[in-house]
Amino acid sequence: MKKQLTCIECPNGCVLTAEVKNGRLLTVEGYQCPKGETYAKEEIESPRRTVTSTVRTEGLGIKWVPVRTNRPIPKASIGAAMQAIQRVRLTHPVRVGDVVVANLLSLGIDVVATRNSE
Amino acid sequence: MKKTYDVIIIGGGVVGTSIARELSRFTLSVALLEKEAELAFGVSKSNSGIIHPGTQNPPFSLKGRLCVEGNRLMRTWARELGVHFVEVGECILIFEEKERAALLQIKADAESLGVPGLRLVDRAWLRDHEPNVNPEALAALYAPSAGIISPYRLVYDLAENAVRNGAEIFLEQKVVSLRKENNLFWVGTESGESFQSRFLINAAGLFADEVARLAGIHDITIRPRKGEEYLLDKKRENLTRHLLFPLPTKTSKGILVIKTADGNPMVGPTARPTDDKEDLATTDQGLQEVLAAVQKMVPSIRREDIIAYFAGLRPVAGDDFILRHEHGVPGMIQAAGMQSPGLTAAPAVARCVCSLLAKNGLALRRKWFFHRHRKAARHLFTLPLGQAGKLIRRHPPYGDIVCRCEMVSAQEVRDAVHRGARTLDGIKFRTRAQAGRCHGGFCTTRIMKILAAELNLPPEKISKRGPGSEIVMADRDTGVFEAKDQHEE
Amino acid sequence: MKNNTVQHDCIIVGGGPAGMAAALEAAAQGVKDILLLERDQYLGGILNQCIHTGFGLHQFQADLTGPEFSARYIQRLHETPQIRVSLQTFVVRLTPDKILTCIKPGRMLTLAAKALILCTGCRERTREMIPIPGTRPAGVFPAGLAQKLINMEGLLPGKEVVVIGSGDIGLIMARRFSLEGARVRAVIEILPQSRGLARNVVQCLEDFDIPLYLQHRVACLYGRQRVEKVKVVRVDDSLRDLPGTAFFLPCDTVLVSVGLIPENELIEMAGVPLDPRTNTPVSPGINQTSFPGLFVSGNAFRIYDLVDSVVRDSACAGRQAAEYLRGLGT
Ligand SMILES: Cc1cc2nc3c(=O)[nH]c(=O)nc-3n(C[C@H](O)[C@H](O)[C@H](O)COP(=O)(O)OP(=O)(O)OC[C@H]3O[C@@H](n4cnc5c(N)ncnc54)[C@H](O)[C@@H]3O)c2cc1C
Ligand SMILES: Cc1cc2nc3c(=O)[nH]c(=O)nc-3n(C[C@H](O)[C@H](O)[C@H](O)COP(=O)(O)OP(=O)(O)OC[C@H]3O[C@@H](n4cnc5c(N)ncnc54)[C@H](O)[C@@H]3O)c2cc1C
Ligand code: SF4
Repeated sequence: MKKQLTCIECPNGCVLTAEVKNGRLLTVEGYQCPKGETYAKEEIESPRRTVTSTVRTEGLGIKWVPVRTNRPIPKASIGAAMQAIQRVRLTHPVRVGDVVVANLLSLGIDVVATRNSE
Repeated sequence: MKKTYDVIIIGGGVVGTSIARELSRFTLSVALLEKEAELAFGVSKSNSGIIHPGTQNPPFSLKGRLCVEGNRLMRTWARELGVHFVEVGECILIFEEKERAALLQIKADAESLGVPGLRLVDRAWLRDHEPNVNPEALAALYAPSAGIISPYRLVYDLAENAVRNGAEIFLEQKVVSLRKENNLFWVGTESGESFQSRFLINAAGLFADEVARLAGIHDITIRPRKGEEYLLDKKRENLTRHLLFPLPTKTSKGILVIKTADGNPMVGPTARPTDDKEDLATTDQGLQEVLAAVQKMVPSIRREDIIAYFAGLRPVAGDDFILRHEHGVPGMIQAAGMQSPGLTAAPAVARCVCSLLAKNGLALRRKWFFHRHRKAARHLFTLPLGQAGKLIRRHPPYGDIVCRCEMVSAQEVRDAVHRGARTLDGIKFRTRAQAGRCHGGFCTTRIMKILAAELNLPPEKISKRGPGSEIVMADRDTGVFEAKDQHEE
Repeated sequence: MKNNTVQHDCIIVGGGPAGMAAALEAAAQGVKDILLLERDQYLGGILNQCIHTGFGLHQFQADLTGPEFSARYIQRLHETPQIRVSLQTFVVRLTPDKILTCIKPGRMLTLAAKALILCTGCRERTREMIPIPGTRPAGVFPAGLAQKLINMEGLLPGKEVVVIGSGDIGLIMARRFSLEGARVRAVIEILPQSRGLARNVVQCLEDFDIPLYLQHRVACLYGRQRVEKVKVVRVDDSLRDLPGTAFFLPCDTVLVSVGLIPENELIEMAGVPLDPRTNTPVSPGINQTSFPGLFVSGNAFRIYDLVDSVVRDSACAGRQAAEYLRGLGT
């Protein structure tokens, strides 16, 4: 089965044509760089997204600290991830890259701060 | 025992607050009840802001007489209250020779009402004094006494001065019942409170007929007439020097090119009857109509010049104002049907109401001291640079700019709250913050925070114009949204 | 010149990515006395509210969020002693001879610049500019304002959302609302194609099954206190309404994402001619104005899609300013 995808790895947004069988990628064309190929495989076989949100602080310089997953997480886990992030309260100052939630939903992926709290 | 007021005024528009101020000269206890979260949220906020000279009124009309007197009084009132009033003058334009007779008739009618300084001007005069006017304009009737004012700021300043002189103002008090017992009016409001007074004034604008009905008066019917207005960019401030009018039609003064107290030119209003007293929608059709009409007078006006728009409803009850003592309900005075020029006439209406009260048994004794003047609010952007610098040094928060387009500081917003603002619109009308080109895109969050802090409210309670118009629906922190899984395959 | 005026070699107005990149490059080119003025409490400009990823793919070969991208520049600014940063400093006036008036809490200052770079960013177009008829209830937000409310203030504007315009900010906000549990009913776009990047259509709309109505316009807004619904009409290729195609979408929130306008009121005040259509300086070349030594860069010069291009071109403005100063013999 042929399937059309738009690569989201960069602003070029290449249109990829993938040959898919039983949920597995056979071939793909249309990409301008190797990231496109990897994207197509993941998107077909186990789609993932980076999640970004904010967490509430108490007594820190900014009231809400922006955060992200340090790697993309499975799409199916996004809802649960948002809830887990929502529950966090930061009481200690953080810097860009500091872990805010370790091993999110036991996925082996951390949620990290993307801005210094002070 | 509940307090019994001498007078209760229903309605906090320009008419109600003018009456409150006028009454506060006397040794009376006065209460004003307003249903909205703030004053001036009815007709008085959405109009052209013109202090009409008194032209375009039938010669023997009440509105014509009160307009001319109001125009005269407004100058003193504005000075005492520190409201910006500018006498810009108006020109009623004609384009064809056959319209000249009508123009002369307007002049004659206006002169019989006592409008001062009227003069017919020709094409050459227009070319010199109004360079952007369509060169095809043939002549105009020039009325120098036309002026402009900020209508909502006038209301706030009237109210502030009335309160200073002892009047009491109650907001979010919608009058839903009226009863007369033992020579006292019992006024019940939606919130369950009741007020008592000896005299009662109905200044309820669009709803004056409903208030009258509560007292058993059935001969007043308000038929709203909608007017759409379109504000132009301040960059076009010098588009015209005067207010420009076409020849009036049967129902309105026509669609005008207006100067406003804030500098932005404005074009409008349309005039269309509607059944719905809350129908404040603008329409594609209205926009087309306004543009076509004003482009005839000033061809360089473009659709792209528009930066904001609104609609207002004229509370029309027949051809004239209704201003009378209700003999069937002694002590009740109607100040209803205040269509245009109600803003202009308001001070004269207030005086008229006082004499009606006096005639019907209320003793008016002047206070030995009446605070005639009001301390004007500080506006950074109207100060010369040197003075602004001094103010900022003395009070640092005046240097904390909140609204970048109109240069309004955090302290001015706080001052506005201390002077009675409760909502974002209330802040906007008083300070102009959010009224500039970005329409609050930049300053809304800051203003919400200041309101929340000053009023000690959570941010979800901060509203645009009162209950039901809250800006945000939830705090993410307390989160009333159930998180739902968006990603089931 | 007034006696209490302090002069600097190079003044930069605006501490977003454009201003920071221009300052760093000017320093790298040997300018010794650089002052960066920012009205906010923080550097970073609009990036502070852009918590999503998609920044820095060219500049850093990494998919960064807005704050991460700006953190890298802030770090470098702190390491560059030639650059002084003045926060909470609002430039309110500019004269043709490059004298600036600034307001700070407690202070008003006059500064003179030999070379001046304005990096004041942009503002959002509003519903008033389209203009969309109807009532004027609460619940109608420029998309960027909604972004600021959610990401910076932690406040959720509403639960049932219609987005007008398919620019990137609108798409990003459609996803943000969905992630917060709100329901995004539709994105309405008058043009035949999305204005935003294809990647944003995929990851912001398709991921959340949000319909994108192309060649449709919102013809009217309804609601007294709070917005209640919008009327949507299909349009033809010349943007005329197609009769009989109107339908209604109930909602409590409308986001308006119909483009950005460069913020150039300061240079306009100084008398620099602007193109009335785009609000950008009539310019002989990139970052230039018709006034020598007065440069404009970043979103103030033209609207950019990508921050990577902003910092590339703004670095160029830093170089241009340095060259201009060399020409003066400074
Ligand atoms: C488009 C337009 C342009 C105009 N231009 C001009 C102009 O240029 N010059 C001019 O002189 N005039 C003009 N007018 C007319 C002028 O605006 C009105 O005459 C004037 O504002 C009427 O003031 P008011 O106080 O009677 O009414 P409002 O301002 O409506 O005040 C009445 C108040 O009563 C309150 N109220 C109603 N019912 C109750 C209740 N049951 N309990 C408690 N409170 C209640 C309302 O909420 C309202 O605040 C214009 C009008 C329109 C619509
Ligand atoms: C919502 C949104 C989403 C975006 N998403 C992406 C994306 O995914 N990927 C991407 O690459 N790009 C994205 N962009 C584009 C990119 O972020 C911008 O083009 C870039 O940030 C513009 O930088 P700037 O420095 O020109 O403007 P800004 O960041 O707006 O900075 C202007 C600065 O000037 C200051 N300032 C303005 N006037 C004055 C004054 N008078 N006195 C003092 N200071 C003043 C302001 O406070 C502000 O800090 C997005 C932009 C927006 C608005
Ligand atoms: S394939 Fe490569 S170039 Fe094309 S969109 Fe994907 S990442 Fe960008």
